[in-house]
Amino acid sequence: MTDIPAKAAAPSASSGSMLLTLMKLRTFIALIAVLVFFSIAAPNFLSAANLILMAKHVALNAFLAMGMTFVIITGGIDLSVGSIVGLCGMVAGYLVLNGIDLQFGYTIYFNVVEIALITLAVGILIGAVNGLLITRLNVAPFIATLGVLYVSRGLALLSSDGRTFPNLVGKPELGTTGFGYLGAGKLLGLPVSIWILIVVALGAAYLAKYTPLGRHIFAVGGNERAARISGVRVNMVKMFVYMFSGFCAAIVGLIISSELMASHPATGESFELNAIAAAVLGGTSMSGGRGTIGGTIVGAFVIGILSDGLVMMGVSSFWQMVIKGLVIIVAVVVDQAQRRLQSRVTLMQMAKVG
Amino acid sequence: MSAVVARDVILKLEDVSKVYSGTVAVKRANFEVRRGAVNVLVGENGAGKSTLMKIIAGVEQPTAGRILLEGEEVSFSSSGDAVNRGIGMVFQELNLFGNMTVAENIFATREITNRFRKIDRREQERRAAEFLERLQAGIRPDMLVEDLRIGQQQLVEIAKAVSLDARILIMDEPTSALSAAEVEILFKVIADLKARGVAIVYISHRLEELIRIGDYITVLRDGRITGQEQMKNVDTQWIVRQMIGSDAKDFAKADGHLPGEEIFRAEDICLPRATGGLAVDHVSLSLRAGEILGIYGLMGAGRSELFDCIMGRHGHATGAIFIAGKQVRERDTTRRIRRGLALIPEDRQREGLVSILSVASNLTLASLSRFARLFHIRGAEERQAVTGMVRELAIKVADPAQEVSSLSGGNQQKVVIGKALLTGPKVLLMDEPSRGIDVGAKADVFRTMRKLSRDGLGILFATSDLDEVMALSDRIAVMSNGKLTGMFDRAKATEAAIVAASALGHGPAGHRETTTHD
Repeated sequence: MTDIPAKAAAPSASSGSMLLTLMKLRTFIALIAVLVFFSIAAPNFLSAANLILMAKHVALNAFLAMGMTFVIITGGIDLSVGSIVGLCGMVAGYLVLNGIDLQFGYTIYFNVVEIALITLAVGILIGAVNGLLITRLNVAPFIATLGVLYVSRGLALLSSDGRTFPNLVGKPELGTTGFGYLGAGKLLGLPVSIWILIVVALGAAYLAKYTPLGRHIFAVGGNERAARISGVRVNMVKMFVYMFSGFCAAIVGLIISSELMASHPATGESFELNAIAAAVLGGTSMSGGRGTIGGTIVGAFVIGILSDGLVMMGVSSFWQMVIKGLVIIVAVVVDQAQRRLQSRVTLMQMAKVG
Repeated sequence: MSAVVARDVILKLEDVSKVYSGTVAVKRANFEVRRGAVNVLVGENGAGKSTLMKIIAGVEQPTAGRILLEGEEVSFSSSGDAVNRGIGMVFQELNLFGNMTVAENIFATREITNRFRKIDRREQERRAAEFLERLQAGIRPDMLVEDLRIGQQQLVEIAKAVSLDARILIMDEPTSALSAAEVEILFKVIADLKARGVAIVYISHRLEELIRIGDYITVLRDGRITGQEQMKNVDTQWIVRQMIGSDAKDFAKADGHLPGEEIFRAEDICLPRATGGLAVDHVSLSLRAGEILGIYGLMGAGRSELFDCIMGRHGHATGAIFIAGKQVRERDTTRRIRRGLALIPEDRQREGLVSILSVASNLTLASLSRFARLFHIRGAEERQAVTGMVRELAIKVADPAQEVSSLSGGNQQKVVIGKALLTGPKVLLMDEPSRGIDVGAKADVFRTMRKLSRDGLGILFATSDLDEVMALSDRIAVMSNGKLTGMFDRAKATEAAIVAASALGHGPAGHRETTTHD
């Protein structure tokens, strides 16, 4: 009985659903389009060395965009990630160079693994501050994270008086060497940062799809009241997403400092905007409830390849900004068109059935 | 019904339908509005009255059908369009700007300006005062709307509609918050408008009111028009028959099982209202396993608030609740659900469903921990539970991965019920479980309630539908103004006693007078 109307609707709806499928795959189509375009237009674009270099660039934004995706799915926003990148880089640099002075003549130096863990903890802690402001003090996410953006950036500048921590090679006698491994090391031919990206991305995708927490993240963004009545601990879910975003930002801070072997307090400025752009390009809805980790990664690659490719073609950086902005706007317009089409298709089907 | 003479028809709807995602609100309605008359529209909650009126007022566009204004086909793309054609509407939900003055509200979008396009505040207030004078409400045009009582706000809404000088004026439950004296004034205003040839469309639940001022009556049931007559030819019985229909209610029969031990008790539940006073006023009740306890009350009686308190949604509520004799000390919803409480909220769009998630995700949302080992959701078990629940509740869905918003209202409600049942509750709280769903789904929901009570669940269900509470409950509690004002055994309950209890300490004094005089 349910089969008959479905079949009857099939021929008329097929052109619509074809268009829908195309729209749903738009980020992939965009990715393929930029790849094809630049492999023709830019010489050496497809060389292995260039691809790996681009992947390293993209990875930085991809980390931030993953954290941002979860935050946006819950209906929030995290503007502080760029500053967390900067502050965490400074924390790592400070610990490598200076250790912690215990005030009575001793100074503790940590090895590189410990430094990495401490830095990650700092990132998570700042995320927790965001979360507490939003859940306990009811500050709007935009404002809370904007405040934390300024505070973190200020702290990063204060930590060195605005100077760079240079030359983070460490001293063998203190056990602080090896900091460059994250940024420059390779494993099975791929940079370590790419491996970390793969691990974190798989973890995040698994979390989104196969864990109660992941399901709750979507429920909170889709309908917070309904989620609360269903017993979802909305505040805990929100705490988690901001802490995860801080964690991702801390990873980026570590990788950048390690690549440069130096920590600069202005690192990460406006990174949050790139992260939001990648998430939106990947199909994350700013009104919450929708988005995927896979889509976000693809979105980050589209943006990254676009800007690297344009650089290789010698397009001026001013035009690059214009093009990037247009791509984001088009993506969102297509997204809206897809929603409308989708709801029209369902309404038509319902009108036929009922 | 075609016997009604078609003279003086100013507005005509032909075969109008309106489909929302989830429900068909109006089905092929034919409706005529006559000039110089009060055209009454009645129907139960969710029958589609408000939707039909919003179509006339241009707020909603019909999915199908034609609108004829004085014989000429029109389509309104916005309420501004309809206002320009002389159609005004007093909305049921107040559409006022609380942060503006009464005069500014009355002239919103039609501001009176001087030569330099500056708003002429004094002229606006003078004109507003004229309209308010006719309503004798003691409202000054320079008062802020948010400082007025709800009843006064409703009068402002009416003044605003009257000031439009409309040819057709739609009033959607204009008296719901008015005192008896204010109602009398409103009726005078209506008579005055009628004499000037204005066509009035009047929606209300209060039958005695309709019979008093109506000239023509149209009855809606489940989105269809079931009767259209001149008021002088009809009586209350006719109206009720058209509204409810002979076949409409299919209450599952009681099976005669006896309730068991006490499974739930609430003691002295209190919830302060933001505006002072108590929304829930020292309510205590107890429920036995396998028992259905109906809570009857009018709108604003505090039924939903009581449920919210029981579920732990208000941190500042006081009182104690017990499940199977043990006090529930957990104060948050999450842990109360684990203790065996589950709520089916009244507003399923806003509180029941996450509409962009799939049917399956919605069903298991409250019970995910059951399917998870450590942190991994076991897909097979989840799917099994989903298909089991879909079959058990007869949810009509081709694929549980479909978005829940694509289902009809009745099936959406079943998803909300299924979600609650998957948590394995001992006590089920159902707030207006049959609101806004079609007849077939209602019967399914009632059957499910019977079955659950047979399985030993305690069910508390709140409703403002008298038939429903009489037919389904083992015992009937009545709430009014936050207080528990009556508790009846099914066998001893009479409709008159229940209605009397639901009006205690509630509403305008004059209203009670009229009922006692009858």
